[in-house]
Amino acid sequence: MRLRRPQIAASAVVWLVLGAIYFLVPLIATLLFSLRDAQTGKCCSLSAYGVILHDPQFWTTIKISFRLALETIAIGLLLFVPTIYWVHLKLPRLRPVVGFLALVPFVVPPIILVVGLLKFYKDTLHAPFWFLGKPDLFLVGAYVILAFPYIYFSLDAGFRSIDVHTLTEASRNLGASWRTTLTRVILPNIRVAALSGAFLTLAIVMGEFTIASLSAFHTFPTYLQYVNESQAYPAAAATLMSFGITWAAMLSILLVGRRGGQRTVRVGIGR
Amino acid sequence: MPFFAYAAMFLILPAATVMIGAFKSTDGGYTFDNIRAIVEAPNIRDAFWESIRISLTTAFLGALFGLLIAYAAIRKGTPNWIRSAYGTFSGVAANFGGIPLAFAFIATLGTIGVVTQLIQDVFGVNIYQHGFAIWSRRGVELVYLYFQIPLMILVIAPAIDGLRAEWSEASSNLGASRWQYWRHIGMPVLMPSILGAAILLFGNSFAAYATAYSLTSGTGLPLVPILIGNDLAGNVLNNPHEGQALALGMFVVLAAMMLFYIPLQRRASRWAK
Repeated sequence: MRLRRPQIAASAVVWLVLGAIYFLVPLIATLLFSLRDAQTGKCCSLSAYGVILHDPQFWTTIKISFRLALETIAIGLLLFVPTIYWVHLKLPRLRPVVGFLALVPFVVPPIILVVGLLKFYKDTLHAPFWFLGKPDLFLVGAYVILAFPYIYFSLDAGFRSIDVHTLTEASRNLGASWRTTLTRVILPNIRVAALSGAFLTLAIVMGEFTIASLSAFHTFPTYLQYVNESQAYPAAAATLMSFGITWAAMLSILLVGRRGGQRTVRVGIGR
Repeated sequence: MPFFAYAAMFLILPAATVMIGAFKSTDGGYTFDNIRAIVEAPNIRDAFWESIRISLTTAFLGALFGLLIAYAAIRKGTPNWIRSAYGTFSGVAANFGGIPLAFAFIATLGTIGVVTQLIQDVFGVNIYQHGFAIWSRRGVELVYLYFQIPLMILVIAPAIDGLRAEWSEASSNLGASRWQYWRHIGMPVLMPSILGAAILLFGNSFAAYATAYSLTSGTGLPLVPILIGNDLAGNVLNNPHEGQALALGMFVVLAAMMLFYIPLQRRASRWAK
């Protein structure tokens, strides 16, 4: 006799359907809205997408944001991988300190951080314009901090799942330098953790509005807000594209995680 | 270590500037006037109250619905694909905040939104004539739940997973009802995780700026982050240290929240596998 599969509970169906409605309706509505014709307001026309794709500002800002994301990822990994490696290997006493620092960005969210950064660099240090006016320095500087908790928790889990001491000793005993040990032995073992941290950072930077807008930079999210205020239907098209970027980044995390045998979904702060 | 130098330059020193700046007067001396000003000014008190109210509401509702949906997706009998679909989607939606989220809801329930017009066509009711507005408190709460519920699902799912099947079997073998199981076993085990997650949700909503800014266009609903933003953008500049005092006020609320969060987190990990 074959065992019957357990039936899905009725109350579960109710909650799952209600959840699906709440989550899907705004997406479907945005899609329908983006297909409205600019003149008549009726369905269906792709002109809103044409407006966005032909806007040079769209391409400029999306390139800037993407470049900032790559820079944030590069600096973040360069800064955090050796630090977390060293803390795990030699200074386990410092782990709570780094862990505490990783919680600080939750108590100092972007809206507070931007006040502090502007006051500190503009009014206290009187930093020169080549620093304050350059997104690659000022904004990336702040974004590395925003990304820090997510890269940290990702990497910390990665380092805990491998035997750092044995790997390091084996590599050092075989005559490898510290640099070779880090890049050829440790890095391949925490690749999944580093990649999920990187994709999450991509999603965060591509959506970060608060700091960029209040320190007067033009990035993809500030462009989105500008379109929202000026052109309704193209704004819906741009919104869906932005959603697509977040999807792509999150699905990439799942894909690298699945190949690496881990399932991790983490949360960012793109608000 | 370069890491600590970096954290000092871009996190600790700027944060310290805010804390110190909040106690500085315009002529450079130290004073409590800025703090007194934000405690006494009715519009700022209102903003803090409004922010806390929205955060409490969306933390409570987000925790409640997130818990119910997560449990429905995880419990025995629900097909696996539904569970993984919800897991993946929550990962995306919890990160889908800010400007795009605000516009998605404007396209849905704004004055010419798709659902607004649908309701008008089908029921002949204009919701904007019946007190609803997407830039009102109710509207902002509805939008915030779009990232609060998924965040709750992500945070609480491992805790629900940690409820062992043996506990429920043992209790039913001993003659306990479903209700008794939840009352004496399930809920006490889950409670620290639920409260911890709710605190996280509160902070998440309290600190949100972009979504509210985009929905309310910087005016209308007064929230603390919006006031700080206006202050920085130079829209209201009566005292240059007011922004820092407001930021300090936010920091105090969030730090108090962390003080509750950390012990709860420790409690919650007690039953982890």
